[in-house]
Amino acid sequence: MIEKTVAELSAALAAGETTSVALTQAYLEQIAAHNEALNAFITVCADSAMAQARAADEARAAGSTAPLLGIPIAHKDLFCTAGVKTTSGSKILHNFISPYDATVVERLQAAGAVMLGKTNMDEFAMGSSNESSYYGVARNPWSLDRVPGGSSGGSAAAVAADLCAMATGTDTGGSIRQPAAFCGITGLKPSYGRVSRWGMIAYASSLDQAGPLCKTAEDAAILLNVMAGVDDKDSTSISLPAEDFTATLNDSLKGLRIGLPKQHFTRGLNPAIESAVRLAVAELEKLGAEVKEIDLPNSDLAISAYYVIAPAEASANLSRFDGVRYGYRCENPVDLEDMYKRSRSEGFGEEVKRRIMIGTYALSAGFYDAYYRKAQKIRRLVKEDYARAFEDVDVIIGPTTPSPAFALNSMKDSVTMYLEDIYTIALNLAGLPGMSVPAGFVEGLPIGMQLVAKDYAEAKLLNVAHQFQQVTDWHKQKPSLTASAKTTEA
Amino acid sequence: MALTKTEVEKIAHLARLHVSDIEAEEVARGVSDILALIDKMQSVDTDNVEPLAHPFDAAQKLRPDVVTESDRRDELQQLAPQSQDGLFLVPKVIE
Repeated sequence: MIEKTVAELSAALAAGETTSVALTQAYLEQIAAHNEALNAFITVCADSAMAQARAADEARAAGSTAPLLGIPIAHKDLFCTAGVKTTSGSKILHNFISPYDATVVERLQAAGAVMLGKTNMDEFAMGSSNESSYYGVARNPWSLDRVPGGSSGGSAAAVAADLCAMATGTDTGGSIRQPAAFCGITGLKPSYGRVSRWGMIAYASSLDQAGPLCKTAEDAAILLNVMAGVDDKDSTSISLPAEDFTATLNDSLKGLRIGLPKQHFTRGLNPAIESAVRLAVAELEKLGAEVKEIDLPNSDLAISAYYVIAPAEASANLSRFDGVRYGYRCENPVDLEDMYKRSRSEGFGEEVKRRIMIGTYALSAGFYDAYYRKAQKIRRLVKEDYARAFEDVDVIIGPTTPSPAFALNSMKDSVTMYLEDIYTIALNLAGLPGMSVPAGFVEGLPIGMQLVAKDYAEAKLLNVAHQFQQVTDWHKQKPSLTASAKTTEA
Repeated sequence: MALTKTEVEKIAHLARLHVSDIEAEEVARGVSDILALIDKMQSVDTDNVEPLAHPFDAAQKLRPDVVTESDRRDELQQLAPQSQDGLFLVPKVIE
């Protein structure tokens, strides 16, 4: 049962074929069997999950039909969860127990989801490999010596290995889409503003967005229905007419206009990934879509602008970690400055400190125009590229990543790692929605196809992805896990 | 551009980070590599481009200035490394 999709589990629960208690027990057993090898969870909440499962079964008996009633979920460890530790992958929050739930957590709980625990991630969501987590790297279920991607690596690994039915993640430059691609699952980064960020620990506030990681596009639509919506507590959340994202999943793709950016099929792209993505696009053509090449001339500059804007915003956001109000404080500070400096230097990992340094430098007196303002101008050029492209096409498609999951400890320096996000980063600068769906295998590892649509056109993305998944079975492939303890059938 | 050890120390101080002498050179190298990546932007003429601060290009939303939160001071201060009588305690600032 644990390998089933959210839609299937929902139907099985409604039909009385299983119970939330039985399901939750089965996922907890799968976690017990495989989490030691995968390190996908930082915290597992077995007791509270079972209590929530019992409550869900009782609610169902009493007539509740909440959309996710009794279905087990895992939350990325940067969503605040009342009473459960929230670390953001950092030592500086090793003892932080939030006094409140993030809006996303609250909405999913209200929809009946059962929280299994909190998933591993790159520290403060800064990374593409999960290697910057203070809690050890999460591993790729398809190959334990490979990274699961990042920063939502724990969530992606957990979904791929059936440690949960669905998971939340966040995406600042690719942190949902890239791990989804590396682990062979479906991930959706909604439009900026679509999902409330209240209670989500901030990295770069003009880029961050929350979204689902799951097994199918249909599941992503079900989850987005619950997660999306304006929130008075997040002034960047957008008020839009209520939408049922599952309603248009079965629309025909006849006449759909697909654009392939020529900049996403050039140097640096693994040729086997290129072939896989072109074959995937051919499947969509068979369904009636029309394909043309498009131009995103400022693609190459997106990474440069991102590595000014994201660190600059991070340097401001992370100034709140000062050893005064919560989190880690150094031993025996001699004075206030020593306390700030040592608490932060001992509490943050190397990559986080590097980005704080870059951001502080970019914002410092005399450099603001050359860096931050310049990056904001590039940001407009990137956004205009997409706006122009969407005059002629409905969806833009390309590879999610230039290569499949790389080996642990194989990235020599930060810049090499940053270039892994070359296809995903521009969407965050432009605020556009994007998805990664499984589109084949290279060297035995899953790879992803990225789909991009206009602002707030998530329904279109989900429709295309769902239709693709009706005629392909890449998303149904499962890694063969060798149990470190025991395997369990639900 | 490459950063000097003195520049690294200055930025570290602004960010309230402690950087040892040994770390300073390593940090200078790491940061300089990233600045080289960033500097690709400088080749583009953006004289007539308006900066974009935010995907919506919109102003901050305003709400009525009313109290919406309840008083949870004691609960919130339990998270602090050191607090007493409703105050956050830090090392002595004024002699």
